[in-house]
Amino acid sequence: MREIIIISGKGGTGKTSLTGAFAHLATTKIICDLDVDAPDLHLLLQPTIGRREEFYSGHEAVIEGETCDGCGLCASLCQFGAIRQHEAGFVVDPVRCEGCKVCVAFCPTAAIRFPERHCGRWYVSSTRFGPLVHAQLFPGAENSGRLVMVLKQQARELAQARGADLVLCDGAPGIGCPVISSLSGAHLAVVVTEPTPSGRHDLERVAALCRHFQTALGVIINKHDLNDDETARIEAFCHDENYPVLARLPHDPLVTRAMVQGLVVTELPESDFSQELGQAWSRIEALAGPGR
Amino acid sequence: MIVAVASGKGGTGKTTVAASLASIWHGPVLGVDLDVEEPNLHLFLQPVIAGSEAAYMTVPALAESKCTYCGACSELCQFKAINVIGQIVLSFPEMCHGCGGCIAVCPEKALSAGQRELGEVRWGQAGGVGFLSGQLRIGEAMSPPLMRRVKARLDQMLTNGGDAIIDAPPGVSCPAVNAVMDSDVILLVTEPTPFGVYDFQLAWEAFVTLGKPLGAVINRAGLGNDAIYRFCREKGLPVLAEIPYDRAIAEAYSCGRVIATLNPGIEATFVTLRDKIRHLAQPGRSREAAHA
Repeated sequence: MREIIIISGKGGTGKTSLTGAFAHLATTKIICDLDVDAPDLHLLLQPTIGRREEFYSGHEAVIEGETCDGCGLCASLCQFGAIRQHEAGFVVDPVRCEGCKVCVAFCPTAAIRFPERHCGRWYVSSTRFGPLVHAQLFPGAENSGRLVMVLKQQARELAQARGADLVLCDGAPGIGCPVISSLSGAHLAVVVTEPTPSGRHDLERVAALCRHFQTALGVIINKHDLNDDETARIEAFCHDENYPVLARLPHDPLVTRAMVQGLVVTELPESDFSQELGQAWSRIEALAGPGR
Repeated sequence: MIVAVASGKGGTGKTTVAASLASIWHGPVLGVDLDVEEPNLHLFLQPVIAGSEAAYMTVPALAESKCTYCGACSELCQFKAINVIGQIVLSFPEMCHGCGGCIAVCPEKALSAGQRELGEVRWGQAGGVGFLSGQLRIGEAMSPPLMRRVKARLDQMLTNGGDAIIDAPPGVSCPAVNAVMDSDVILLVTEPTPFGVYDFQLAWEAFVTLGKPLGAVINRAGLGNDAIYRFCREKGLPVLAEIPYDRAIAEAYSCGRVIATLNPGIEATFVTLRDKIRHLAQPGRSREAAHA
């Protein structure tokens, strides 16, 4: 089984639109949206939800006003500035609380409860391109990395059960915890970039992250005609580092037109864009190898 | 006043808006890059860096000769960063959140404050605009600890007055919330596409609970559909500025230009935006806006 993840470093370079199209082009696969924070793939794939599970992760501190004697030890121990003194007494700010339990453990009057944190939901759905494993972290919540691990595990089990040899994942922007979790066990990272100073800078950082975790990568330059000089710089970088350039896609409002209709770009009448995408997918499959 | 520029979806134009606002701001202003995973503000402001320092967080360091393997540390740790198994202590400093609980709870004082490098904090000057940013170390999963270091320096830099414009990371989970939670006004930059609208709704949900004045900036206006305007009307969220969908703007951005300097029309858009932000930041405005 092969696991391919589409990432970018910089947001808004076209990860999700391309993942949707690849989901259309790939044969037997499980689709997985690992951008649990701001997931968008479902807007293209219009899933019918089959299974729905709650995601609990970590705990949060809650001070019981009646048992608290107001000593303030918790506030002085908290490294996150999450405990503040209000007129009514000490209160934990749930936005700042990291669930470390230090206040709970040291409170002399045992006045702090430590309930589990309900951080989001995950789903196994069916779509016109095959099964989709996806989630929604509640806005403002933590532990996106753990939720990513849950989704990957589900997608792998499903692939095994269905005899699918590919898990195709849409990733999150950035290089932090959810992206690091996404890379674990991935056979190939496809980095979608754009010819802008931000696109190139962020590609360099996310490529360094892939190297750090020894994940193979290939690069797609989206909107390549926006700036020929920047495109040439990205190609030179890829050449120097031995990263294959899998496609150069033009800046085309077609992508947004498909999105507004809830379609992927390869479902529209054939275009230069969709042809280039088809070739990109063949190169990705070749690069990811036959798996086991 | 601290203005946070956030978005939900990545690539909607946070950095463009932050750099443009900083360039036309009246009076002392700092451009602050809190997108520490993929910082890009420097690519547009092009500051002269005056100083930098490595940022660290406290993680436990073990003096094994004093350890009695009682397990109090591993029992308290919520992040599996320190584990006592028989006569072996296994620590995973990269999992540590820096709560200091294990060090405080150890009865033998076998644990002391060690360090994990988070990345780098840099500051400088770009013409009349001050500059401050954080850059996460490749492989480091957690961005909030580094953001706290950058914000601590921001507090120092603002002691003699002045305003700050924060370029926040995309998304709506803990890094994004950490970037905006100490600001006076939050700008949500979006684009009128289905992905833009969906992530904008998530961002609104995540940030509205912080009780700060919120305003929308619609980038690439004319692209997609009008769902974003309906949502803003429904929630009483003021649309403070619209930046047209224009290939010339995309090309200028791809050359690293600050778009507020592109032509007098765009400059006027940002000057009006600045005035509306100042108005929105006045005490008591947030409640009014919510009822508008």
